[in-house]
Amino acid sequence: MVTAAALACRRLCKAFTSGNRVTQALDDIDLTVAPGRIAGLIGPDGAGKTTLMRLAAGLLRADAGELRVLDLDVSREPLAVQSAIGYMPQRFGLYEDLSVQENLDLYADLQGVPVAERGERYAELMRLVGLARFAARLAGRLSGGMKQKLGLACTLVRPPRLLLLDEPTVGVDPVSRRELWAIVQRLVREQGVSVLLSTAYLDEAERCDEVILLHQGRLLGQGTPASFSEPLAGRCHLANAPAIPKRRLQMRLAALPAVADAIIQGERVRVVTHAAGPPDLSELDAGPAGVEIRPVAPNFEDAFITRLQAERAEATPNPPLPGAHAMAGPGGAAVIRVDRLERRFGAFYAVRDVSFEVRRGEIFGLLGANGAGKSTTFRMLCGLLPASGGRLEVAGHDLRRAAAQARGRIGYMAQRFSLYANLTVAQNLRFFASAYGLVQRRRQERIRWALDGFDLERYADMASGDLPLGYKQRLAMAAALMHEPDILFLDEPTSGVDPLARREFWHRINRLAEQGVTVLVTTHFMDEANYCDRLVIMADGEVLAQGTPAETKARFRDAERPDPTMEDAFIALIEQRAQAAGEPP
Amino acid sequence: MSARRGGASMRLRGMVRKESLQILRDPSSIAIAFVMPVLLLLLFGYGVSLDAQHIPLAVVIERPDANSAGFAAVFEQSEYFSPRRLASIQEAEQALRERQVDGLVWLRGDFSRRLLAAGDAPVGVILNGVDANQARIAQGYIQGAWQRWLQAYAALQGRELTLPVAMEQRVWFNPALRSRNFLVPGLVAVIMTLIGALLTALVVAREWERGTMEALMVTPIRIGELLLGKLLPYFVLGMGGMLLSVAMARWQFGVPLNGSFWLLLLTSALFMLVALGMGLLISTVARNQFVAGQIAILVTFLPAFILSGFIFDIGSMPAPVQFITHVVPARYFVAILQTLFLAGDVWPVVLGNAAALLLMMLIFFAVLGRKARKSLE
Amino acid sequence: MLRHILALALKELLALLRDKRSRFVLIGPPIAQLLVFGFAATFDLQNAPMAIYNQDQGAAARELIARFEGSRNFEVVARIDRDDEIAALVDERRALLVLRIGPRFSEEILRGGSGPVQVILDGRNSNTAMLALNYTRSIVTDFNEAWAARRGQPGSPARLEIRPWYNANLESRWFVVPGIVGLLTLVVTLIVTALSVAREREAGTFDQLLVTPLRPVEILIGKSIPGLLIGLLQGSLIVAIAVHGFGIPLRGSVGALYLGMALFLLSAVGVGLMISSLAVTQQQGLLGAFLFMVPAVILSGFATPIANMPQAVQAITYINPLRYFLIVLRGVFLQGDSCALLMDQYWPMALIGLVSLILAGWLFRHRMY
Repeated sequence: MVTAAALACRRLCKAFTSGNRVTQALDDIDLTVAPGRIAGLIGPDGAGKTTLMRLAAGLLRADAGELRVLDLDVSREPLAVQSAIGYMPQRFGLYEDLSVQENLDLYADLQGVPVAERGERYAELMRLVGLARFAARLAGRLSGGMKQKLGLACTLVRPPRLLLLDEPTVGVDPVSRRELWAIVQRLVREQGVSVLLSTAYLDEAERCDEVILLHQGRLLGQGTPASFSEPLAGRCHLANAPAIPKRRLQMRLAALPAVADAIIQGERVRVVTHAAGPPDLSELDAGPAGVEIRPVAPNFEDAFITRLQAERAEATPNPPLPGAHAMAGPGGAAVIRVDRLERRFGAFYAVRDVSFEVRRGEIFGLLGANGAGKSTTFRMLCGLLPASGGRLEVAGHDLRRAAAQARGRIGYMAQRFSLYANLTVAQNLRFFASAYGLVQRRRQERIRWALDGFDLERYADMASGDLPLGYKQRLAMAAALMHEPDILFLDEPTSGVDPLARREFWHRINRLAEQGVTVLVTTHFMDEANYCDRLVIMADGEVLAQGTPAETKARFRDAERPDPTMEDAFIALIEQRAQAAGEPP
Repeated sequence: MSARRGGASMRLRGMVRKESLQILRDPSSIAIAFVMPVLLLLLFGYGVSLDAQHIPLAVVIERPDANSAGFAAVFEQSEYFSPRRLASIQEAEQALRERQVDGLVWLRGDFSRRLLAAGDAPVGVILNGVDANQARIAQGYIQGAWQRWLQAYAALQGRELTLPVAMEQRVWFNPALRSRNFLVPGLVAVIMTLIGALLTALVVAREWERGTMEALMVTPIRIGELLLGKLLPYFVLGMGGMLLSVAMARWQFGVPLNGSFWLLLLTSALFMLVALGMGLLISTVARNQFVAGQIAILVTFLPAFILSGFIFDIGSMPAPVQFITHVVPARYFVAILQTLFLAGDVWPVVLGNAAALLLMMLIFFAVLGRKARKSLE
Repeated sequence: MLRHILALALKELLALLRDKRSRFVLIGPPIAQLLVFGFAATFDLQNAPMAIYNQDQGAAARELIARFEGSRNFEVVARIDRDDEIAALVDERRALLVLRIGPRFSEEILRGGSGPVQVILDGRNSNTAMLALNYTRSIVTDFNEAWAARRGQPGSPARLEIRPWYNANLESRWFVVPGIVGLLTLVVTLIVTALSVAREREAGTFDQLLVTPLRPVEILIGKSIPGLLIGLLQGSLIVAIAVHGFGIPLRGSVGALYLGMALFLLSAVGVGLMISSLAVTQQQGLLGAFLFMVPAVILSGFATPIANMPQAVQAITYINPLRYFLIVLRGVFLQGDSCALLMDQYWPMALIGLVSLILAGWLFRHRMY
């Protein structure tokens, strides 16, 4: 039994039809997952990760091919498979109006766990996920990380032989993310459970024993994380230029023909070249002066990006953004002022005592996990939510009370795609142009600018809800920039967007900031914080730290971590706070 | 085998307990089951009435004398009319046009003369026919008043009125012809169709919407256990609402219950299963609370209201529409309730309609069994 | 200002009409409801099942029976000859009415006396029973008069000449179908407006809208235009079907009708937008629309007259815009009313529209999140 594969599929196909569009979610997949290990299912959105999970759980029926889970044919014996596996869907179905204990009881009943064995099993699970203290609390009143841990406990209530986890760490704060990983690793080590886990965080791929790379329904490769990055040896470098702002350095490096990928990593720029060897710095816009570059070991993300770039033949456009403001670096007057801002919902403080200032031309980040109060702060700044206390000012106005014209100076991009889904791209653009009061020639010009600059021309007559994800985001951004705002508000612009689109997005933001547009952005991706000039880190509605990324990280530099990442800094901040409050972290 | 059966009962118990806890914690399903029927019954019970009383009537007597006064007196004594004396026919017609009166009675100047001489004195009656039903009812009342006047007049003349046909009428089950007595039991059926379907239409859709369905489906639970686990608690809840409605019909609206309570309970249970099954089917297809709610209202409320015979007589509808009424479950339950309340245990009516309900229930659950699979597709 | 409102109204219309499902919702159910209501919602009694229990062998009885057989209101479904069969027939709803002619009927009536006739009715549906009773009475009265005339007996000393105005044949359909115009325009307008803000809230587009320089009042007006337009179109379509499909006479001035419709739509849009500004989700919007619609229809006089309701309930109907619009509709359709005659209906609708729009505007500004 132990030798049988945890999951094996041959020529597996699955397509979905909606209207007259057919999407091939899985196309001719052959793979085998060995037992007793953690296999990571990696790929951008729409790669087919969830479909594969659901097929393995017997929730969907394959169109063709064979799928065996724990040596059982899923299509013939779905109930037998379901009694042997544990499956945690992306949004695990906790009943929020039931308590932790009642949720566990329900799944114990459904999984047929004998009543006599329950006491011991519950105790073990609660120890594992650390929820023993909260047994009587309603699931709806747990934090995002705790919910995810309870979901895992419910999945484990009858010990499964194969655990399927669909994006278990999405939207979870870094601390809980670490804890979840520790739990999963312990299960594999101590109980020999096989795990198939999908994730959108590329750094998590490195923690898997084996990586399965999917893209648009096809299998691109399978192997250890190292086997993916090894071919890139000699192509990865870190560039450093203390005199040049890192964003400008990154833009210049990315423009080099030899460079496949350039991203900001910490205070430096990570460069992946098309061929072995460093890029020719003499081709840099402003010359090679002051730029030092050294080789580094490739990681999984480098491999992933180059692989996807090869797959996606179309190069990401990097268009100029006309409509020039004066080039201006950050600095100058504060355009956003927040002073002891407060927002209560009943007795609950969503935001408490938040103060910061954003200067003209800055990229300013609001960092924190889901529920930290970022979005609430954000909505108050945009005038969408009245503050319960404190003062706030955007370009000299409180947008909640200011005249309508004051709103003409800001651009806003919501967390979810929030344009009119059943209007076409062109109709959306025309509407927002009118809403921002653009008329006649100016209106025509700006609509043309949006269609050209964001490569939307060929989709102009498509309903915007049907656009590919990356294009939806482009359209949303085009609409927010229609009227050339001075201040741009971006709420979680990169969540759910694949790494390639994230790169393209940050390129655009960089260019805007170079032109003097002030950008306020919220994110829960800690690595994106490095793109910001300054940032605040929030948790439970309060500001934990404020400053430049370098300053923030520097506070936690010690012997153990000579070069701490933003995530390290964040976790350390959370732990400090917990200690101050006298609770175990 | 017994271990497997033990597993099934454990799973079912788990589901029932979960649903019950959710019902207790979520006020909305309790509101749907208990508050909504009460509100709807009050609204409809008082708002819908076909009993015309105090019909405003203009009485024009061009030349008042003893004969015409006697004639006007029958209208003045009747509780069905509130007559108003007007001086001229023009005035009365104007009042009719302006909707101040629903009808007018006109005794011309020569009324007494022709009454005594020729015996063919015409009495003009004009009714506002816009509301045809009310006009017809008013017409009946006027004819009744007229008959009374003829008798009184004959008695005054010292002879007995002998009409060739002496009609004696006997109205069974509802001698006073109170419309509320037949409307309220029908309302209970209409309202419980809506409530039953709405209760379950929302609960399965809610699981889809909150993503809990996927986690449920991957457990070893069978689809039948899942549906049964949902059905049982809501059945209890629905029956609670039903009993409340019946109690209101009996005591709030004073409708006599002539049939046996146990038969009423039994047929109500059957009907509740049909309504809940319909809701389950809707939510299995819709998977979204919003759409499920819309469909539930659309396919239950209006058909039950219009096509169940609760207010509009099915026999008078065109044949194709009559044919459609056969697929409206409320039709059968309306017939059962009206009979049980007003007539008593009339077995042929109860059994025939109950058999139709049973058949519908079986069809719903058969379709449900086919439609609901443990699959996300 | 005007440009903003136009852009908004255009967007609203596009968003509504580009979606196949909402296009269907605007066309399909209203037409289906019109047909079902128009044909099924009738109080007319046709082919009511009756049984005859004739204990008399004479010609007079046969003549009386022939009159029942000739009526389109009744259909003789059974002839019985035993007392105990009556109960079974009526109990089981096989016959609505049993006509029992006594054994000495012909003899008595030939003698110049009164022939005994008994009518037994199923009173479970009191309205049907009452109609059947009225029809029976008419048949018997006609028979009496014909008999008396033939035999040269003195008839009744006076004749009752009943003439219904506006609807000479007393057809229910003439009453119901104009009412449907009001009912369906209310439904469509409410659905269009009550969900419009909630739909945007759910899709996140409402925030996007609020951060543009558009003023709340512009958004409100922009959102009310599609409701008015669609309601007006829908109303016109149903009026056309009522006139040409159902053959309902349109006797009054079209101007009076449209003035009423415009004022009614104004109040419906106002109520819809009030619901819309309160509702956070589409579900709440739908629930709100339903909670308004059901009482509004029941308490409007659509199916049963307001005059029959208890006094307290009647008082509530004064704030129901549909109450006034139904009077306008029936007045213009059947009574040929002019604007002047309908003034008392116009101003309350205008008032309700004004108050609800102002309230909607206030709620809108105070619930912008």
